[in-house]
Amino acid sequence: MSSWLDYTINGLIVGNVYALVAVGLALIFGVSRLINFAQGSIYLVGAYIGWVAVVQLHTPLPLTIIVVAVAAAIVGLIIERFGLRPLQNSVRIAPLLATIGISFVLDQLVMLTFSPNPRALPSQLPDVRFQVGGGTIGPLDLLIAGVGLTSALLLFVFLRYSKLGWAVRAASQDRDAAMQMGVDVNRVNQAVFGIAAALGGVSGMLVGMYYNQIDTAMSLQATLKGVVAEVVGGAGNVPGAVIGSLLLGLVESYGVAVFGTSYRNLFAFLLLVVVLVLRPNGLFASARQAPPEPLTGTFIAPSRPVRIPRWALAVAAAGFAVLPLFPVSFYVLQTLINAWLLGMLALSLTLVAGTIGQVSLGHAALLAIGAYTSALLSLTFNVPVGLAIIGGGLMCAALGTLLISPSFRLRGHYVSIATLAIGEIVSLVILNWESVTRGPIGISGIPPLSLFGTDLISPTSIYWFSFAVMVVLALLQGRLLTSHLGRSFRAIRDDDVAARAYGLSLNRYKSLAFIFGGFAAGISGGIAAHLYSYINHETFNTQQSILALTVVILGGLGNVVGAILGAVALVGLPEVFRIAAEYRILIYGIVLLLLVRFRPQGLLGTM
Amino acid sequence: MAEQLNSMLSLRGLTRRFGGLTAVNAIDLDLAKGELVSIIGPNGAGKTTLFNLVTGLDRPDAGTVHFEGQDITGLSPERLAAEGIARTFQLGRVFGNLSVMDNVLIGAHTRLRAVKPAVPVIGPLLELGLALLRPASVKAEEERLREEVKIILARFGERLLPRIDQPAYSLSYANRRRVEIARALALKPRLLLLDEPTAGMNPTETAEMQALVAELKAEGLTILLIEHKLEMVMRLSDRVIVMDEGKKIAEGSGEQVRSDPKVIEAYLGHGLSGSSEQESAA
Repeated sequence: MSSWLDYTINGLIVGNVYALVAVGLALIFGVSRLINFAQGSIYLVGAYIGWVAVVQLHTPLPLTIIVVAVAAAIVGLIIERFGLRPLQNSVRIAPLLATIGISFVLDQLVMLTFSPNPRALPSQLPDVRFQVGGGTIGPLDLLIAGVGLTSALLLFVFLRYSKLGWAVRAASQDRDAAMQMGVDVNRVNQAVFGIAAALGGVSGMLVGMYYNQIDTAMSLQATLKGVVAEVVGGAGNVPGAVIGSLLLGLVESYGVAVFGTSYRNLFAFLLLVVVLVLRPNGLFASARQAPPEPLTGTFIAPSRPVRIPRWALAVAAAGFAVLPLFPVSFYVLQTLINAWLLGMLALSLTLVAGTIGQVSLGHAALLAIGAYTSALLSLTFNVPVGLAIIGGGLMCAALGTLLISPSFRLRGHYVSIATLAIGEIVSLVILNWESVTRGPIGISGIPPLSLFGTDLISPTSIYWFSFAVMVVLALLQGRLLTSHLGRSFRAIRDDDVAARAYGLSLNRYKSLAFIFGGFAAGISGGIAAHLYSYINHETFNTQQSILALTVVILGGLGNVVGAILGAVALVGLPEVFRIAAEYRILIYGIVLLLLVRFRPQGLLGTM
Repeated sequence: MAEQLNSMLSLRGLTRRFGGLTAVNAIDLDLAKGELVSIIGPNGAGKTTLFNLVTGLDRPDAGTVHFEGQDITGLSPERLAAEGIARTFQLGRVFGNLSVMDNVLIGAHTRLRAVKPAVPVIGPLLELGLALLRPASVKAEEERLREEVKIILARFGERLLPRIDQPAYSLSYANRRRVEIARALALKPRLLLLDEPTAGMNPTETAEMQALVAELKAEGLTILLIEHKLEMVMRLSDRVIVMDEGKKIAEGSGEQVRSDPKVIEAYLGHGLSGSSEQESAA
């Protein structure tokens, strides 16, 4: 029984840490209806500032906490001022994308400054454990609990008794009314971002001390956990976020107790999906709300797509088709093969994110499903590679759609959270389902691409194969967009309430979009598996999902030609300029930020 | 129950609460086939919420909705659209990035047959396949609907036809309302709910819209109309219903309602509402 008490204490302590992140998210959501995907990056920054303070400057603990809180708050203020304030009057999707871009940039900056290797973050506290009932508790546990309670108390006093706190509460109840009553919304945003960042930074430092280890992978996990806790408690609900965090900590801790540590995150994300499906407004939401306001023309930037004449497209396609006949280097072909694979993924994402408006952040999971299916079909069942890839596409269309279907009833930013979580779940299932996926070892010795019994080994043949498959998928998608389904998808994206009032079933059409898009992504993943010959649960990660999203925004949401152009540009330009690999992700993040700010409709425009 | 059989639409005790506020409070209403009934009332009286309850965008806390004798309470909006109920929205919810043609074609979505075979389970997959392959029957259906859209747009004179390929976001406010009505007509509705069709329109445009609604009524369409412009209400309506704070406070001919002291008090007590203000959904 004593261990159960330990797990409970551990769950509450971890929950306390999540609460520091989640409360910040809830404050920001309350005021600006924005899910701040950069919150985990601030947490990461806080952890590394804590490391600098403790290990290099040897600051005492109280001073370390203050340094981290102040420095993180400054980062938060900078994000608010330069990342988000310029987007205040822009489309609703813009700030969400901006926080994703900011998160990428911050994570990469930390990684480039401190290297991706984990570091130890000593807690500066004596290593003793006190007996409490049947369990034990250490000074660090008490510190975390203390910081949590103190922050909650300070926040309560601030929101309840200070004038700025009143303004924050007023703005979160009714932003427009607060503005009309003279509340300076910019100051409210500053306050909220500053507080959220200070809490997030301190939280990152405490977690680093708790596990005596920090690394750059902490960021995404923290964002996800914070978002889970916040959504479980009800988005924008500050006390709800605290309770959601404690609940999440306990669920994880008990889950680990029963099933083992590799299941920790699986429980968190399953909890999120269950809550989103059953109680999308959180566990403590009051009765049913009024029907949602229209998002018409506000979620996605209206624009006139650039029409490229068919003959020009045909000439371009022919040019790329005959390219290998000329003396081009292996390196150029290899780069373009990567572009065609990314292009297929972007075609898929531009359909679901652009055409029907489900901004998926877990699209790499579809690649993984296609890749694993195709690899296992060809390895275990000796299915010819060409058929195995098609099998991967079909499996991805079916399974991917089924997995993502819980998100169909969600709107706007919630879709992104849900798909992100579903993507993580897929990766965790691959990691844990060893009998099928071979778990962390991954699958090696995947047979090379082949067609009708002939192996495609030469770069030229691989180039032609991948290019041909991408062109076929693009032509099919173009045809789909000119059918009644094209206009139905776009109608659902522009205004799902009006679309339903005219008989369009959201489940039906979102399923069809994901079936079609899932097929393309699955094919891309399948081809990739046979090219790489080795895959594991980390081959297809969130970075690829975000890269695909950047490609889609660059090309223009829903724009088929734009998706391919974006893929060629984002894969090709870093090669042309010989940019070192570690800077590329940073550049993708910056490209995303610049696009959102200066050309939200992308190069070729939203379709 | 006899009166319910004769009526097209019949509401009994329809109620919707938002927290402490009862937005729609025990509303009874009957609408006979071919009748035009107007609902008027100050902003926030619950008119739009009532529309949402009838069209399935919101579910009532109590009460029933019958359409042609069938209980349709709480059915989904997509089901109700298929039953022949079409509506326009108060704030003008056109599909901004779709062309005028595509907006109105969406209105005809429930009438697609060739491309949407009524096959259970694999129906959606067949729809995807047919959309990609486009056999002659699908092409013919699409062509027929496009011609029909042009005929509907011609009802608005030269307002929409020259802009048929322009995206809806580029249209004027009044033209967006016209697109909404064209979209509703493309559904071939048996019941049409119009939520302030003339909001934001100048007198000429209002007169045009009034003539159009009169035409639709003359063609036998059953219409439920929310409107603030009382002159238009008086001219068009067979009956007028006045709502205030969620309740029906008066019902009758335009003249009866106009002289009802409760109505006058409701309007004066809340401050007479203008013609184009927005009303919160609650």
